[in-house]
Amino acid sequence: MLKVQNIQTYYGNIQALKDVTIEVAEGEIVALIGANGAGKTTTLMSICGITPSRSGEVLLDGDPIHDLAPENIVKKGIVQVPEGRRIFPDMTVLENLEMGAFLRTNKRQIQQDLNYVMTLFPILEKRQSQLGGTLSGGEQQMLAISRALMARPRVLLLDEPSLGLAPLIIKQIFEIIRQINKENNTTIFLVEQNANQALKLADRGYVMENGRITLVDSAANLLSNADVRKAYLGI
Amino acid sequence: MDIEYFLELFFSGLTRGSIYALIALGYTMVYGIIQLINFAHGEIYMIGAFVALIVAGVCTIYGLSGFAILILAAAIAIMYAAAYGYTLEKIAYRPLRGSPRLSPLISAIGMSIFLQNYVLLAQTPDYLPFPRLIPDFSFMDPVAHIIGSAELVILVTTLVTMVLLTLLIKKTRVGKAMRATQQDLSMARLVGVNVDRVISLTFVIGSVLAAIGGVLVASYIGQVNFYIGFLAGVKAFTAAVLGGIGSIPGAVLGGLIIGWSESFAAGYFSSDYEDILTFVLLVVILIVRPAGILGKVRKQKV
Repeated sequence: MLKVQNIQTYYGNIQALKDVTIEVAEGEIVALIGANGAGKTTTLMSICGITPSRSGEVLLDGDPIHDLAPENIVKKGIVQVPEGRRIFPDMTVLENLEMGAFLRTNKRQIQQDLNYVMTLFPILEKRQSQLGGTLSGGEQQMLAISRALMARPRVLLLDEPSLGLAPLIIKQIFEIIRQINKENNTTIFLVEQNANQALKLADRGYVMENGRITLVDSAANLLSNADVRKAYLGI
Repeated sequence: MDIEYFLELFFSGLTRGSIYALIALGYTMVYGIIQLINFAHGEIYMIGAFVALIVAGVCTIYGLSGFAILILAAAIAIMYAAAYGYTLEKIAYRPLRGSPRLSPLISAIGMSIFLQNYVLLAQTPDYLPFPRLIPDFSFMDPVAHIIGSAELVILVTTLVTMVLLTLLIKKTRVGKAMRATQQDLSMARLVGVNVDRVISLTFVIGSVLAAIGGVLVASYIGQVNFYIGFLAGVKAFTAAVLGGIGSIPGAVLGGLIIGWSESFAAGYFSSDYEDILTFVLLVVILIVRPAGILGKVRKQKV
């Protein structure tokens, strides 16, 4: 469904992504793991058109999308939950959710999706008129995921959803991600430093080092791979 | 203390202040979104006043009078200013997006000097008389020594403009897009906001407000010149910084404070002191609260 083919992305003269190729099939959960600074976030930003690649292709259902503006990529159904949550701090929870549905016009469907995310995360209903900036880290992560769901994504990109959260909350968030994948057949591409959690959730995984993909395998194989265990699982 | 004299100063300060606030809104909205101080903003105000003068001149030849001219002149001035603001952003700032912050700032100063000299060459270096377009209302007679008709029109116009602006920002879709862009530009792009369009729109709105200010001031003070944008721009910029740059209520508050401080300084001390007090206030506030009165120091949660 989503195909990233040999992309090269630069920040000025510094090459951040070297010949990155990733494929995610419909309904799949795929994890991208790697150390700090490996290029994981850049990969997502290149897919979303925020830091476009200098060469290579990004295809959605076979159609090239790497030349599109970010808003048109969102329109195609690729939606990102960025690292650090990036909640609009001076907007209420409800307004943040409405911003997620910015490109949609069908009010009835938007209302349906609002109800849906509020059943996924009941706390958001309680907090709906509170400013986004006043939420706790875990609540913000729930809001960030919900805001992305409000766009009715076909492919949901998640950047470090576990960052800075308590273990119990992480568990809850990962369960919800699995649920979203099951209930709506939403394709999920997940970037994580928390390799253990990510690989337990995912069907397949990619390992990234210094801007290159160094390993591709099923999540189960990666979890038992000696190099991966040593480098990313701390075992 | 003479209460009538006090009220007279109060209303003249309020009038000046609301004009400063109108212009300051343009600075603060642009700064809020792209962290650029648009030094050419004062020139847009000046161009608005000039266009209104030209339209008023033509209309007077055709025998229109008073209020009709004011509305027509204002409408055309607004359209011109909006076009200037849009073009300014497109040619002077957009190509520099992503370059170091100093580059668009220098470009802004360049545009300011260019527009001043353009009007100087295309029009005249002299002060031109601006017709009195706001008639004296008879119902204002009993209070005319405290607040004049022109002042009333200015106050009502700015009030209505600000209410409309607030509604636009709070309630409409584009307003939400503007707020989102201001709070987190790349996140706004990630939810599908066309940020370039929002930035253009911000310049257009700022220019419209400046043009309204320009027309109102010109018909209140009664003269225009290619240089009027400079001092008004500096004062309004001070108002925006005083209130907390990036904050919309801050710009209004800053404008009013400056208007009053000028008016009271001129009234109770001497008009020599009106500018001094403004900038003394600025220095004091920046020492005590560097982010401005309503400015926010944003803390990031990790």
